[in-house]
Amino acid sequence: MTTREITFRDALNEALQEEMGREEGVFIIGQDIYGGPGGYQGAFKVTKGLAKDFRDRLLDTPMIEQTIVGAAVGAAMTGSRPVAEIMFEDFITLAMDLLVNTAAKTHYMTAGQYCVPIVVRAACGAVGVGPQHSQTWTSWFMHIPGLYVVLPSTPYDAKGLLKTAIRDDNPVLFLEHKKLYNVKGRVPEEEYEIPFGEARVLCPGDDVTVVAIGYMAGLATQVAGTLRDQGLSVEVIDPRTLAPLDLETIFQSVRKTHKVVVVAEDCKTAGPTAEIAALVSEACFEYLDAPVGRVGARDAPIAHNVGMSEYILPDAADIHEAVQRVIAW
Amino acid sequence: MTISEELMLQMYRYMVLGRLFEQSAEQLTHKGLIPGAFHTGIGEEATHVGACLALTHKDYIIPTHRGHVADIIKGADPGRLMAEILGRATGYCGGRGGSVHIADAASNNLGVQAVLSAAYPVAVGAALTQKRANTGRIVLAMFGDGASLMGTFHEALNLSAIWHLPVVWVCVNNQYAMSTSFAEASAIANVADRACAYNMPGHVVDGNDVMAVYETVREARERALAGGGPTLIECKTYRQGGHSTFDTNPYRPQEELDAWSKRDPITQFEQRLRERGILDEKRITQIADGVRQQVDEAEEFALSSPEPPPEAGVEFVFRSSEVE
Ligand SMILES: Cc1ncc(C[n+]2csc(CCOP(=O)(O)OP(=O)(O)O)c2C)c(N)n1
Ligand SMILES: [Mg+2]
Repeated sequence: MTTREITFRDALNEALQEEMGREEGVFIIGQDIYGGPGGYQGAFKVTKGLAKDFRDRLLDTPMIEQTIVGAAVGAAMTGSRPVAEIMFEDFITLAMDLLVNTAAKTHYMTAGQYCVPIVVRAACGAVGVGPQHSQTWTSWFMHIPGLYVVLPSTPYDAKGLLKTAIRDDNPVLFLEHKKLYNVKGRVPEEEYEIPFGEARVLCPGDDVTVVAIGYMAGLATQVAGTLRDQGLSVEVIDPRTLAPLDLETIFQSVRKTHKVVVVAEDCKTAGPTAEIAALVSEACFEYLDAPVGRVGARDAPIAHNVGMSEYILPDAADIHEAVQRVIAW
Repeated sequence: MTISEELMLQMYRYMVLGRLFEQSAEQLTHKGLIPGAFHTGIGEEATHVGACLALTHKDYIIPTHRGHVADIIKGADPGRLMAEILGRATGYCGGRGGSVHIADAASNNLGVQAVLSAAYPVAVGAALTQKRANTGRIVLAMFGDGASLMGTFHEALNLSAIWHLPVVWVCVNNQYAMSTSFAEASAIANVADRACAYNMPGHVVDGNDVMAVYETVREARERALAGGGPTLIECKTYRQGGHSTFDTNPYRPQEELDAWSKRDPITQFEQRLRERGILDEKRITQIADGVRQQVDEAEEFALSSPEPPPEAGVEFVFRSSEVE
């Protein structure tokens, strides 16, 4: 496979471009995704350049999050395959009803008469815009039967998973971390998809397992590198999709290392780390040599002030410390 | 527009069918055979029937939790409809949906949105597909007076107007949302007056006059298909019963109930058709007997249908490519 280095943003952009080219029913609906001549091209420029080939498939709406997601549902029920863009994940609360009660329940409620192939893309993560533009919420959505939850951590995964999301017949929440948009990585020239429910082992190891979600996967890989220099072998697993969740890869690793730390940017209380820790405890109790370690944000909104937000959010040092703690147990 | 005698008889028959069908479901609820509550559209038949008869089989509809005759006119089988209301395996949703989630994809019935605010955005999306693919179909979205006061009404009606979508918005103004009267809950007297805020035509119609409803929806449909965009139609009618089978309905003045029952849509239309010589006693009995039999058969089919296996309750959560 020939690869080249592109950004996470461009990887997403390529996936959108290719899927619109592949299937007439795919369109993008959201705020300022085209933005008229010159074009705003999305709050994070993910739809950049798409107007060239697909002007009539970039549907700019007013600020109507409920109707963006709800219209995507209605369009999907009648044969379209819409991608809805929600600028900041914080705003998804407005569309929560349509996502949770309508999108996720329609296939069930109609006994499969209708399906809802929509992708709701939203930017998560804190980059200093204050408490209402910084959230990473995943466990709320893992809690919803009928909804897939996807968080890519590399350009390669971003492109492959977005293509799969668009082709899947179920509603998908696709979370893009703002700090990843400019990150570069190798992406094949050739067409590829990444199946949902397949975790990726970012770095293999024998002494401890670190399950790290989304942006945290990159940080965990850095920490694994530092610890390797200190003679500790850390296996980093990125689940890539929280629903469906690839438990087998996680369990296999835990049965090998006997120690595990779970890391996510969400608040620690009732976050995704709680669910994964519980599942590991249920399935691998006799293999564990230490309590499951958990790293998450402190239970506070994300402050605008840099020092405060750094204090609240988990970072490499927190992961490092948590790994040391389970190793020392 | 002239309405043929045949169509008038069809209107009459469907109104009678709607009433008997819902009375039957109401009785089954009181007998404890239907889980939860049942909402009837008794008194509102002219609105549901008039609006739905203005559609073709291919047009899409989002009905409300009342007026189940809408589903039947669209193409649903009364037996399977009743079976779904009873939560049986043979129902349209295999018992998962119940009376407030009837959907029938075969007749382009998109289903009720029981979180009432959701109907508007979903209708916009369905209309968007019609417009993009130039299908020559419209979406009829029905909603109550109470639901007209929700935020998505504003978002979706505005969007439908700026995008010139082929959607007809029909408000079934039965004067109440549970116990909350529209007169007290709304700053303005007519839902249709809000149309000017979206630069679309708004019509107030006598919702107990089946022909008036039919004609108004018909015209709006044609306008939408010609690229003229959406229309907001408000049908003034009355919920003769309580909100649901749970509601003893103590909050409405007797004079009001009496006044509206004098304007019962079926009695009124029957009178009109008698005067025109289209209906007579014999014909009325014939129609009533036919409808009675149809409802009895539906009831029998539903009651003799099996309960779904409990474990089927976790099927259809996701669409899996292997299963479909
Ligand atoms: C979002 C939401 N809030 C409340 C309810 C509970 N509820 C069901 S029907 C109803 C009354 C709705 O009134 P209206 O829209 O006028 O319709 P009607 O029942 O009169 O036909 C209410 C409050 C609901 N289903 N959805
Ligand atoms: Mg009402």
